[in-house]
Amino acid sequence: MEQVMTNSLGFPVLSTLIFLPLAGAVLLLLMPRAQEGLIKILALSASLAAFIISLPLFTGFDKSTHVMQFVERHKWIPAWNINYSLGLDGISILFVLLSTLVTILCVLISWNSIKTKVKEFYISLLIVEGAMIGVFCALDFFLFYIFWEAMLIPMYLLIGVWGGPNRIYAAIKFFLYTLVGSVLMLVGIIVLYLYSGRTFDIVELSTRVYPYQMQLWLFWAFFAAFAVKVPMFPVHTWLPDAHTEAPTAGSVILAAILIKMGAYGFLRFSLPLLPEASKAMTPVMLTLSVIAIIYGGVICLAQADLKRLIAYSSVSHMGFVTLGIFALNIQGLEGGILQMVNHGIVTGALFLSVGIIYDRTHTRQIADYGGVASVMPLYASLFIVFTLASIGLPSTNGFIGEFLIILGGFTSNQWAGLLAATGIIIGAGYMLWLYQRVFFMETGPKVAGLHDMDARELITLLPMVVLIFWIGIYPDTFLGFMHKSVEHLIDRVNTGGMHGPTVARTIMEVIK
Amino acid sequence: MKFMIPGLRPLTPEIVMTVLALAILLADLVIKRKETLATLSIICVFVVAYTFSGSLGTAFGGMFISDGYSTFFKIVFILNVILTVLISVKYIAIEKVNLGEYYGLILFSTLGMMIMASAGDLIVLYLGLELMALSTYILAGFIRYDVKSNEAAIKYFLLGAFASAFLLYGTSMIYGLTGTTNLAAISEYINQHGLTGNPVLTLAMVFLVVAFSFKIAAVPFHMWTPDAYEGAPTSITAFMSVGPKAAGFAVMGRVLLHALYPIKPLWATVLIPVAILTMGVGNIVAISQTNIKRMLAYSSIAHAGYALLGVIAGTADGLASMMTYLLIYAFMNIGAFAVIIMLRSEGFKGDMISDYEGLWHTHPLAASLMIVFMFSLTGIPPTAGFMGKFYLFASAINAGYMWLVIIAVIFSAISAYFYLRIVMYMCMREPRQTVALSTSPSIGLALAITLAGVIVIGVLPAQVVNLARIAFP
Repeated sequence: MEQVMTNSLGFPVLSTLIFLPLAGAVLLLLMPRAQEGLIKILALSASLAAFIISLPLFTGFDKSTHVMQFVERHKWIPAWNINYSLGLDGISILFVLLSTLVTILCVLISWNSIKTKVKEFYISLLIVEGAMIGVFCALDFFLFYIFWEAMLIPMYLLIGVWGGPNRIYAAIKFFLYTLVGSVLMLVGIIVLYLYSGRTFDIVELSTRVYPYQMQLWLFWAFFAAFAVKVPMFPVHTWLPDAHTEAPTAGSVILAAILIKMGAYGFLRFSLPLLPEASKAMTPVMLTLSVIAIIYGGVICLAQADLKRLIAYSSVSHMGFVTLGIFALNIQGLEGGILQMVNHGIVTGALFLSVGIIYDRTHTRQIADYGGVASVMPLYASLFIVFTLASIGLPSTNGFIGEFLIILGGFTSNQWAGLLAATGIIIGAGYMLWLYQRVFFMETGPKVAGLHDMDARELITLLPMVVLIFWIGIYPDTFLGFMHKSVEHLIDRVNTGGMHGPTVARTIMEVIK
Repeated sequence: MKFMIPGLRPLTPEIVMTVLALAILLADLVIKRKETLATLSIICVFVVAYTFSGSLGTAFGGMFISDGYSTFFKIVFILNVILTVLISVKYIAIEKVNLGEYYGLILFSTLGMMIMASAGDLIVLYLGLELMALSTYILAGFIRYDVKSNEAAIKYFLLGAFASAFLLYGTSMIYGLTGTTNLAAISEYINQHGLTGNPVLTLAMVFLVVAFSFKIAAVPFHMWTPDAYEGAPTSITAFMSVGPKAAGFAVMGRVLLHALYPIKPLWATVLIPVAILTMGVGNIVAISQTNIKRMLAYSSIAHAGYALLGVIAGTADGLASMMTYLLIYAFMNIGAFAVIIMLRSEGFKGDMISDYEGLWHTHPLAASLMIVFMFSLTGIPPTAGFMGKFYLFASAINAGYMWLVIIAVIFSAISAYFYLRIVMYMCMREPRQTVALSTSPSIGLALAITLAGVIVIGVLPAQVVNLARIAFP
């Protein structure tokens, strides 16, 4: 079967998406430092242009197949058989769209809050965007690794230069954790490359069969990189520091896109390349996921810092994602992927919201707030939407994702499903309590007299509100993208790559 | 051309280099503006580089080999001269040692390196090594009035002489055993007479490895490096960290993979702990340094450890990866030194890490360049440092040393800490003092070359890799 589809759009859309932000960054580099207004407008136009260019992906994607689409392929380093090849399937497409959208919001939210080194800030932001899109599009393992690592540099600067008081510690911790994980993955990649007769082609690699023992080793090598990024318990400790100390835009990118790259890595590499090891390691992964869900949630209850609370809630929510992925059934996987998008939207929106109020009060302590609902009613009403979506109230996107994951979890392992469901209750606890402490009760001295959101801030949050209800009410628009790809992935995992997926399906038919 | 002995063609680059270096030494007597000598030196090495293409072959019955392997290293040496001279011009004037011998010595030292790279015989190797070493000792102590510079020279000299003794002792044992000093003949003799288990041969191999380890600054023979690098003129530190190291690797590859290939398991057993120690000590001790030249000295020790992986792999790919890495290292390391040298100005040493506080705020361009070089030294894509490390790791894994590569990548991750500390000081701290940069067009050119090297090889490494791959027979 042909594994790839050529690009139907008539222009190399994925390359454009990767290099347009980078070109924007180069353009900014040439701008005079004093022209801050122009720099911001240029950054906004670059991110808007990337978003508009990414829209045809949404409409032009063929949902009836699992093969890679919009494929581009060029020789890059022939001596090592490395190609510059890009493509999208149902698993990756939503993240590309999310990346282009989130970058616009990040530019908007930083409009007034970034006052020093404005030019360098937007340059870093645009480089991050290009690298993020590259990670999701790469069909060559080497190229993937390049983007995966390259985005550490601007991210390190974003946290370390424009972050909060403890930013230097957070930045170096983030960098070292991620780097140690990544280099171990690099060893795994090289082993895989040499074993498979020197190819980095992801599509080809995921049709091969590898010895079980090797799969196990590789699984843990990849685990080192992906688990740190997700982050899974017990390697999650960089996340609270990085999310808390990063500037708003950095937190949003970390929460909405960067940590999704870890879960995406599991989906793109661990499962299809190492199906048997993945199956064998399911109990471990489910246990770690459940621990993350409950532990992350309980820790949230004890947080006094707004951003830190939301950061720990990410640990809990990403626990749901990995639970869904390693449930290894259709519901779990689709729920997991959708929940990645959901978490990107909701937690991104929460960090944006915190950024909005932080710009006014310059405090992150929950104790400093109270009664915000009375001075900023519009802000309060949007925040409750995000809160409820984070909890997973029906008709919001969180419900769909968590429901599918718990369904998949129950099918796979009853205890995992049961324990994960308690995580939702804890989630309701800490989010509602947070809302109560910040928005109701006595009006705090720092809160009194604040003005409500202006048009720019409203525009920043509105897309997220729309998406929350869109996915919550009619999720099929988004689930439709992934059906075929997820089916294909499940086939691959269940047959262990021993037979072609079609053979497996015939056998299943006969059994039925 | 009547007097030309036919067999000398492979030596053309070395002969041209000797003549032109002597000419520059003489020109020093009549030329008052020493900047002219810098220009002449660069022209000189370009002329030498021009003679490379016609020089392939062997001379003196295999004592001197000019092949792709030696030519690749010679390109690294030539590059080293060009970049060193470019960053020296203003610097040696600031240090008030603007003397013409400086350029002559650099050229003679490079001549020694070129002879080493082409040595097909242990005696020729020794000749080249001494020529290189003696010139470099003088260069290390070139700031005569500075105690630290003197200290650097004397330490480098004493330990270097010690290493030479090891080399000679090893050579004499091999000669006693095999009756030859020719590299190809040694390996043939070992094979024919079944000497692979001979204890004297093992001892001789250990002595040679010790001598080479001194030159490439591998642990535990690295003791001279931090002091010599810190005390020597910064431009010479840059020169030393690339040239003699690459020359050491060139002879190491030639001797171990040609002459001593029959006892590869033995020397691999010796080199593996050396490589682990080198990476470990280099990377871990670098963390606690406060002087940036010292930090880069330990970093250069660590990088020798990575490059050793290629030698240990002992395959054509292994050597090619080692060669590629040394070329890349030349770009990124001299680039970093070019930034360091700019901080040296009249009355301000500028070699402490704390001098870099807030540099990004006061001199964004210089700091941004430093960021690129630091990330390249760490090995983060899309810089050349990553490509070099990837190639080394891939060839070592392919040769069956996966556990060694796992150790290497862990140390590589540790190294991020001290390289990023420089970035952190520059970007994330406020400037405490105003640092004046001593810029000049020549340093600008050196920075442009090194930056281009780091980025272009990082994004499109295909050409360089191919060059290194075809180089080894």
